[in-house]
Amino acid sequence: MSALLELRDVEARYGPVQALHGVSLSVDEGRIVAVLGANGAGKTTTLRAISNTVRRSGDVLFAGSPLGRRGPEGVARLGIAHVPEGRGTFAELTVWENLRLGAYTRRGSIKPELERVLSYFPWIDDRRHQQAGTLSGGEQQMLALARAFVHRPRLLLLDEPSLGLAPVLVTEIFRIIRELNEREGLTVLVVEQNAHLALQVAEEAYVLEVGRVALSGPSVELREHESVRRSYLGY
Amino acid sequence: METVETPQPTLAARGRALRGVLRPVSVVLVGAAVFLAVGSLQSEIFAQQTVAGLAQGAVYGSLALALVLIYRATEVINFAQGELAMATTYVAYQLIAWGLSYWEAFFATLAIAFVLGVAIQLLVIRPVQHKSVIAVVIVTVGLFILIDGLVTWKWGADIKFMPAPFGQTVYHLGGVAIARQDIGTLLVSILSVILLWLLFQFTKVGLGMRAAALRPAAAALVGVRVDRMLAVGWGLAAVLGAVAGLMTEPSQYVLQPTLMQPILLYAFAAAVLGGLESPAGAVVGGLVLGVFLNLVGQYVHAITSELRLPFAFAVLLVVLLIKPAGLFGRRTVRKV
Repeated sequence: MSALLELRDVEARYGPVQALHGVSLSVDEGRIVAVLGANGAGKTTTLRAISNTVRRSGDVLFAGSPLGRRGPEGVARLGIAHVPEGRGTFAELTVWENLRLGAYTRRGSIKPELERVLSYFPWIDDRRHQQAGTLSGGEQQMLALARAFVHRPRLLLLDEPSLGLAPVLVTEIFRIIRELNEREGLTVLVVEQNAHLALQVAEEAYVLEVGRVALSGPSVELREHESVRRSYLGY
Repeated sequence: METVETPQPTLAARGRALRGVLRPVSVVLVGAAVFLAVGSLQSEIFAQQTVAGLAQGAVYGSLALALVLIYRATEVINFAQGELAMATTYVAYQLIAWGLSYWEAFFATLAIAFVLGVAIQLLVIRPVQHKSVIAVVIVTVGLFILIDGLVTWKWGADIKFMPAPFGQTVYHLGGVAIARQDIGTLLVSILSVILLWLLFQFTKVGLGMRAAALRPAAAALVGVRVDRMLAVGWGLAAVLGAVAGLMTEPSQYVLQPTLMQPILLYAFAAAVLGGLESPAGAVVGGLVLGVFLNLVGQYVHAITSELRLPFAFAVLLVVLLIKPAGLFGRRTVRKV
């Protein structure tokens, strides 16, 4: 079985600073894969290398063919939804406009998707005319998921969905991610600092250290791994 | 590499702050409208000057809106906006000289203006856009000189005449004389602003353009072709400018290369008055400026027509001292 997404020896840099030193990873269709690591390990940059919002070299293959020099718009049009750091909320626009932007690359009616998304996030319907910037952090994260969902992506890239949220909300967000994966068959590559939760939700994980893959494997094994336990799980 | 998180909660606070700012402004504006209505009922001259001022102000407003559109997307004032408007008015002049009727030429000119705006963005703005704001500003100043030169070279600096689109009819409502031309100018300007608003508010392209201007990076991630949207934005701004130019010409009665230079300054004043980032502010700013200057010109004899422009800027200065972000603007902190 070939992977939906494959990174081969990807390097990335911000000006003179190299952030990724040859990262290779693969994501199979229908899976949730987590990327763990400390601050500055290159988690966010890994996602940026996929959506081509950072200078990168090395191969990124999506469904078997290289992404090449496609810009972020082109990558999005292939069916990769990237929810970036800070959630990519259009704070000045309404909740509903944010959703419509999620479906920007789609032609024709998006009614079925919108109805579907409301079954996961019923509160959105009541607040569709509200400015998205006035939502709470948790609501904005849910809106980001909803926005990505109406895109109907083949692959969802999620950057630290837990950031800045209360623990109960984080659990809720990850429950929804899992539900979208199980019921809708959504493939997810999620970057997360909260290793404990990420290892529960994801089937596989990669641990990054200073721009390199230090460890990888099924979550069950990583959870038991000595250094992961000490560095990321804290027991 | 992780970049520093920007705190999000400020957005809600900003929304509240904006509403707080708008209340006193709208009270003042409603007060002004009541003042104008009462004044117009009291005095015929006052009513005449108010209508003429609204017409003039609508022209300032549409050119100001063109400036705001570009400012929001590119973060620069397009100094060539007025000259571009002037050039497209010459295009209309040429089309009429070739035998088109005024309104045929009008719509053809709008289409040409759109193509011209897109072409300018693609050919001269895009290459420098990501370099620096100063580079873009210098390019627009260069465009100003270039367009001015090209028009003078092609059509000459002497005065040209165009047919009056709305005729010379003057209506008499009670004792108030209202030129058909003022009404026409007001309607055409306001209509074009409304059409543009509908486009931005209710179409997919409009949504994409707003997203691209507000958050280019996030817009690209949802698949909006940001570069293309910016080019379309320049095209639409050029169309608005063309409307302003075509509506200015009949009020000046003559066409010459300096047609839009004072108008651009008034439009700039209107845009700053409105807050520079606010489309509604630009239009309201234009109308306020137009009416205010006309009434002052009528009743304050010390302000002669030569002093109109300096006076407009003196007023702008006072307003900015009281409200530095303009009427509809919000204070922003920009890292330098």
